[in-house]
Amino acid sequence: MRVEIIVNGRSHDREIEPRLLLVHFLRDLLSLTGTHVGCDTTSCGACTVLLDGVAVKSCTVLAAQADGCEVTTVEGLAGPGGLSPVQEGFRQCHGLQCGYCTPGMVMAATALLAERPDPSEQEIRDGLKGNMCRCTGYQMIVESVQWAAANGGAR
Amino acid sequence: MIPAGFSYVRAGSVEQALAELARHGVDVRLLAGGHSLLPAMKLRRVEPGVLVDIGRLRELAYVRLDGDRVVVGPLTTHRTLERDPLVAEHVPLLAAAARRIGDPQVRNRGTIGGSLAHADPAADLAAAVLALDGVLVARGPSGVRDIPAAEFFTGVRTSALAADELLVEIRLRAATGLGYAFEKFSRRALDWAVVGVAAQARPEGRTAVALIGMGPTPLRAGAVEEALAAGVPAAEASALAARGCAPADNAVASAAYRAHLAEVLVGRALAAL
Repeated sequence: MRVEIIVNGRSHDREIEPRLLLVHFLRDLLSLTGTHVGCDTTSCGACTVLLDGVAVKSCTVLAAQADGCEVTTVEGLAGPGGLSPVQEGFRQCHGLQCGYCTPGMVMAATALLAERPDPSEQEIRDGLKGNMCRCTGYQMIVESVQWAAANGGAR
Repeated sequence: MIPAGFSYVRAGSVEQALAELARHGVDVRLLAGGHSLLPAMKLRRVEPGVLVDIGRLRELAYVRLDGDRVVVGPLTTHRTLERDPLVAEHVPLLAAAARRIGDPQVRNRGTIGGSLAHADPAADLAAAVLALDGVLVARGPSGVRDIPAAEFFTGVRTSALAADELLVEIRLRAATGLGYAFEKFSRRALDWAVVGVAAQARPEGRTAVALIGMGPTPLRAGAVEEALAAGVPAAEASALAARGCAPADNAVASAAYRAHLAEVLVGRALAAL
């Protein structure tokens, strides 16, 4: 089947198998390998992207379901002015160790701040409940999101 | 993990979805949010030949008040249930259960109709729908029929829906201003409930209590409800939570532990009403 998916503002028209997962569409067909596959079972959140602005786990969405939709991946966050506030927050507050969970954390945090520009610590922890950090660096991830909230938010 | 191959049809209308169901029989599955079905397909526990995507039938995503009923479209996401003002005012138990499902990403995609039709014995929304005296409306080739929630779940991941029927509406008895509670215990943050309970207060002590994880289907805790109706204090009634239940005895939890959880969680829920 044919799908057309707008990824980070650019339209991509591809012939795919219906069973192709969105995460594989991004990684294998578009070479956007910033989106990671962690658990592949809807648990870890490493594959989180924005689908029409909403955070989803792209290992549990068919590319066919995203036909005609807009997808934002971690590659789409930084603008001409540099890193997005969430990305910069992770840099400033050492919000990553091995970095495997980071793209998913950054996308989930971006969705959270778009909805709640000034979240409490508990709201940040609830908002990132679907994202696991195998380095267990949660405290600094929360601090990174707090930094981002104070410095431009989801922009 | 890659699902087995299938042909994909995107339904443009309820009528088209029903026609596809009729045409392909048991070889077809409906795809709503996909957060029960796609994981099962990736594990190849489910291998449909045809997948009919009903996810874009926006006419099936709504929450409305109809007299003393709150009617919910099956494509309403858990996220919407969490925040909808009508749900918050008239069936807040449903919002409380939705809020406890999985994580934000899962709640963004998962739908109430998908969850109920999947009929997992540990599904959070099933407990709330049972406790709210839900009626599930199924539409098939010969018209629509009402299925009371108490008769909808027939076995582990098996429902009363026929292969050619589509769940088109969930009708709940409004509980405006009445006490409610949803409690569940999971081993880890994102896990399914080991045991969960939804409790809905009603006038004259007719409190509804529903359990998940206590048998092959979600169920009403009849012994607790009867005791409460007879005026037995909540602390004593909750000790009857596991009566008549046949909970699974497996690696997640022993049957005895589930029974213990049911008593404790029902006790907490009743205390919170």
